[in-house]
Amino acid sequence: MNVPTMADMMAQGKQPEVLFWVGAAGSYDDRAKKITRSFVKILHQAKVDFAVLGTEESSTGDAAKRAGNEFLFQMQAMTNIEILNAYEVKTIVTCDPHSFNTLKNEYPSLGGKYEVYHHTQYINKLIADGRLTIEGENLKGKRLTYHDPCYLGRANDVYETPRDLIRRLGVKSTEMKRHKSTALCCGAGGAQMFKEPEKGDLDINVLRTKDALETNPEIIATGCPYCNTMMTDGVKFALKEDQIVVKDIAELIAEANNL
Amino acid sequence: MEKYVPNIFFAIILIAGIGYFVMNVRKLIRNIKLGKDVDRTDRKPERWKNMAKIALGQYKMVRRPVSGILHVVVYIGFILINMEVLEIVIDGLFGTHRIFGEPLGGFYNFLIGNFEVLAFLVLVAVIVFWFRRNIEQVKRFLSKEMEGWPKNDGNIILYFEIVLMTLFLVMNAADYQLQVLGVEHYAKESGIVGSFPISSWLVLPFIENYSTEALILIERTSWWLHITGILVFLNYLYYSKHLHILLAFPNTYFANLKPKGQLTNLESVTNEVKMMMDPDADPYAMPADGAEDEVPEKFGASDVTDLNWVQLMNSYTCTECGRCTSSCPANLTGKKLSPRKIMMDTRDRLEEVGKNIDENNGEFKPDGKQLLDDYITREELWACTSCNACVQECPIGIDPLSIIMDMRRYLVMEESAAPQELNMMMTNIENNGAPWQYSQMDRLNWKDE
Repeated sequence: MNVPTMADMMAQGKQPEVLFWVGAAGSYDDRAKKITRSFVKILHQAKVDFAVLGTEESSTGDAAKRAGNEFLFQMQAMTNIEILNAYEVKTIVTCDPHSFNTLKNEYPSLGGKYEVYHHTQYINKLIADGRLTIEGENLKGKRLTYHDPCYLGRANDVYETPRDLIRRLGVKSTEMKRHKSTALCCGAGGAQMFKEPEKGDLDINVLRTKDALETNPEIIATGCPYCNTMMTDGVKFALKEDQIVVKDIAELIAEANNL
Repeated sequence: MEKYVPNIFFAIILIAGIGYFVMNVRKLIRNIKLGKDVDRTDRKPERWKNMAKIALGQYKMVRRPVSGILHVVVYIGFILINMEVLEIVIDGLFGTHRIFGEPLGGFYNFLIGNFEVLAFLVLVAVIVFWFRRNIEQVKRFLSKEMEGWPKNDGNIILYFEIVLMTLFLVMNAADYQLQVLGVEHYAKESGIVGSFPISSWLVLPFIENYSTEALILIERTSWWLHITGILVFLNYLYYSKHLHILLAFPNTYFANLKPKGQLTNLESVTNEVKMMMDPDADPYAMPADGAEDEVPEKFGASDVTDLNWVQLMNSYTCTECGRCTSSCPANLTGKKLSPRKIMMDTRDRLEEVGKNIDENNGEFKPDGKQLLDDYITREELWACTSCNACVQECPIGIDPLSIIMDMRRYLVMEESAAPQELNMMMTNIENNGAPWQYSQMDRLNWKDE
């Protein structure tokens, strides 16, 4: 794939219109890498002039901050901000709502002020600007339910943008009983992704997957690599992996557009 | 002189009732001020709007329609019927009878008639509330933290309201009958003062045939019990969960206006990190003059005095409805964490600290206890997913998540007491810039896979 880095760009004396912040999951997790690649295909189709930091990218510090390690978070933040500012980055897009939240809300007071988009917002903008269309025949009529990532939904009140995109896919979308501001967490946030859960009756992702299964979907759509992992595990736990796929909205759009 | 005994007696209980309440409010404010400073003076128009919408307008209550609508009924009843208290106070002080009756004329009848309807609706709503708490067994009222006093507290408040509303209607019915009978002091030349659509239907049939003396006794007894009851209830507030009827207003005004996902960046940490990253900083520099005696700031919170005053006000405002807990993913899956308990624990510890200060001449005497471990366990703190469901659900803008995060900060930065897996995650971030053990040099491998 043709994915230029900021360093490449700078060497050529160019400034891309947007920096794609890939995030740790999108860079290393095998499942999340597919989301990353789907989004890059969309950027290519819309002829977006983008770049990534590549090996210069480092954890935003979200997980460290939510685990209570403010020191580590601010070390990460300031290191990243130094790099971003050195490249004179103005606009950032990311597929990870946690990176989105941290970059958008928690970096400015440390000196990192950027216009930050979640990829669903950015894709919506590309459509609004006439740079991208969704043909939408491949997924027509499929039963889909959308899971709101907490860090996109409640944390930043982004509920409609992902749904606008889903409507363009021609799918038959059904809301879960708990959705939008009442949506149940997948269980990964607040650094839970990286530890075993405390003692309880069941795992949160199993409960959330139950919510999704009640809508009898063929596709569980989401907009977060961590939600994706949790829901995929939940579907496996329910022994439904033959009938239900968990997909990121970027993947669905790439699929609709035969990318 | 003897004639004025009731007036003087009334004045005394009124002053005592209000005086004791004011004393407790002062204590409340002092306790809240034990919290750290936080600036919530910005964006004033938005703050007023929030207060109008959320506290005054009960906007978030109806997210749960049944309890929400019933609550709105009780709330409107409470506010409007209390307008009547003004007349009761004047009548009590000056020995008058329904002093606003004749000057307001038809409008007075309209008001009293509506108060009666509201009182009846409140009575119905409160009985449904009692039913939900004690018979229907709504799950959020059955959590462990609700055992004992919190459960009784909830019921006591409902009994208070049942008794007050009943007294109000009985008083009206007897008053009406006394006016009909033309009894002196009650009857006016202009005819019946007030309109009594509910009490004349619900209560009057029981007392209609009573003698004038019995009616006066009933009217006077309910009048006195009603106003005394209100004063007792006012003073009960401080000792109960019910302070929300007052604190909901400042609590929504001073609530966080930033996106819910945005955590604060600790300024004390920023300064240290900046120094660490500054290539010109001299690591062997002598501390600035006077800096030797400065106590290094404590990171995070292990006790209530480490929290900010808004968080402490939150704890007094909580009315233990449990909407937070019933939407908490950790709680729903059987973990120990309950956001409501976080708020109750904070308030209980703050009360304990306040009492300690009272007993030791205004100075806190270390009691070997703290909010962490003695009230809130580490297991609860680590079960949180930071999903903000509790913050979203609170009908009056309480933020339990901020307390959980401040306490995690203490655990990690002061005690290095994170769960082992999180320590590994943080070590990875430190060493290779990702929560997993992958080399930073492999960050772009995905593009060629």
